[in-house]
Amino acid sequence: MSAIFKREFKAYFTSPIGFVIISLFSLISIFLFFANNLAGNTMDLSGYFTSVIILYAIIVPLITMKLMSEEKRQKTDQCLLTSPISLTKIVLGKFLSAFAFFSITLSFPIIFALILNAYQPIELWVFIGNIVGMLLLGSAYVAIGLFISSLTENQAVAAVGSLVTILLFIATQLLTYLVSGLYTKIPGLSLLTSNENVNTVINYVAVIPRYSNFAIGIFNLADALYFFSIAAVFIFLTVRVLEKRRWS
Amino acid sequence: MIEVSHLTKRYGDKFAVNDISFNVNEGEIVGFLGPNGAGKSTTMNIIAGYLSSNDGNVKVAGFDVLENPIEAKKHLGYLPEQPPLYLDMTVKEYLNFIYDLKGTKLKKKPHIDEICELIKITDVYERVIKNLSKGYRQRVGLAQVLIGNPEVLILDEPTVGLDPKQIIEIRSLIKHLGKKHTVILSSHILPEIQSICERIIIINDGHIVADDTALKLSNSLSEDHRIIARIAGPVDAVYHNIADIKGVHTVTNLGVKEEGTADFSIETTNNVDIRKQLFNILADKKWPIMSLETGAMTLEDIFLKLTNNDISPEILSHTELNNTEKQPQKESE
Repeated sequence: MSAIFKREFKAYFTSPIGFVIISLFSLISIFLFFANNLAGNTMDLSGYFTSVIILYAIIVPLITMKLMSEEKRQKTDQCLLTSPISLTKIVLGKFLSAFAFFSITLSFPIIFALILNAYQPIELWVFIGNIVGMLLLGSAYVAIGLFISSLTENQAVAAVGSLVTILLFIATQLLTYLVSGLYTKIPGLSLLTSNENVNTVINYVAVIPRYSNFAIGIFNLADALYFFSIAAVFIFLTVRVLEKRRWS
Repeated sequence: MIEVSHLTKRYGDKFAVNDISFNVNEGEIVGFLGPNGAGKSTTMNIIAGYLSSNDGNVKVAGFDVLENPIEAKKHLGYLPEQPPLYLDMTVKEYLNFIYDLKGTKLKKKPHIDEICELIKITDVYERVIKNLSKGYRQRVGLAQVLIGNPEVLILDEPTVGLDPKQIIEIRSLIKHLGKKHTVILSSHILPEIQSICERIIIINDGHIVADDTALKLSNSLSEDHRIIARIAGPVDAVYHNIADIKGVHTVTNLGVKEEGTADFSIETTNNVDIRKQLFNILADKKWPIMSLETGAMTLEDIFLKLTNNDISPEILSHTELNNTEKQPQKESE
């Protein structure tokens, strides 16, 4: 597992891809910091963190797109799958390398916090809550990207597919607005949307409401479990995809 | 060392491998021969644990590859048709990665150095694989197989795409490896299999059609004992002189292939060797023998015979290239 982790992590920096991703992220990130905090004249980084939830939907697919697809295209998976190592370890090694790379991007908000801290002490626990929230969110995104990457041989398809899937998770929340707006107009829907349970379910699977507790520095176990279980399910599915490939 | 029993692999309705069984003993070099699409690679992929079978089972060093894959894979090195190389790594990084991946217990540096020395890739050790030629990539692939010193080596068409010098080098290397390892090797190039392998398994259309040593295969399948001779002399006189030799039952004139000579196919009754007599008679008459060939079936002939009409053009062209001398014989058949 450590062999795969080391190789994958190093591979981000032997090709331009790692640097391109970090440059892209830093550019947008710095702009968001500027717009939210410097121009908005606030010490609160939560605005920045809520914005990068969407930014990561673009960045994480770039991090994960090559993980499995490139192995399949270059036929290097034949080497991995015939080595004395379990599929779970292969997938975990890949997941951890992408997650580690993702964690590098969190150094930007840390720098921002230090800058703000130079003027006036920031609320440390709120900041830590946001970082923990980001790590959990990142693990879920990375697992989704890893899974989509295992379905195709094409990096571009993997990237776009992951972007769409992650956006769907984010967009479930918009669904509630949409549905609650529509139900007054379409009589058939009123039955569905007036039902409390439907809204509860949608809120359950949406990303942003889950993140909002972390944003204000509250560690809610249910929210942590939400991100954690997304990551676990998609890692599990990736293992199944590799397993299935053998049987097809 | 390898036990394959009743192996079957289906893709939809099509059988890629259909009820194949064979055993490979320790220290054997076995050649897998068959036209493209015969099921060679599929069988090897199943043995290596990359694909699963629909039916039957495979044991490597006593471990079932499906039930106990990790243990089985520890005893196995696999070189797929396309060497599984990470192009962005240097040879050094790659071999170190494979070493870690396989969880090898041997001492790292001496072990990798020894393999590089053996495969002759020490001079490209620090180079990025992307920039290596096909021949060197193939060697790095072979080096990867040897890491961890597995008992069983499975090599899928290891000499494809190499130049003649590299082919000879790789072949002698495989022969050398065969002294310490059990090797299964696939190819559709017959002379290659003939020069490396002690035992040959011919597959066609998912079935094993022959499984024996090269010599036995050739003996058991050749019905007649036949010599092809090219003799410089008056055609009719030569013909009658040969026909008079004791033991000869048919002589066929195959026509003129070279100015001033004629080719004859000489068939003898069982196991009579007339070569000495032939030489003496012709020497007396001062009709020199330009070439003499025993017509025992070559692997090409056996192969064509066994696989019959289902032959890829690649093999046919190869047969023609190597066996221009054999053409007359086939025509006479």
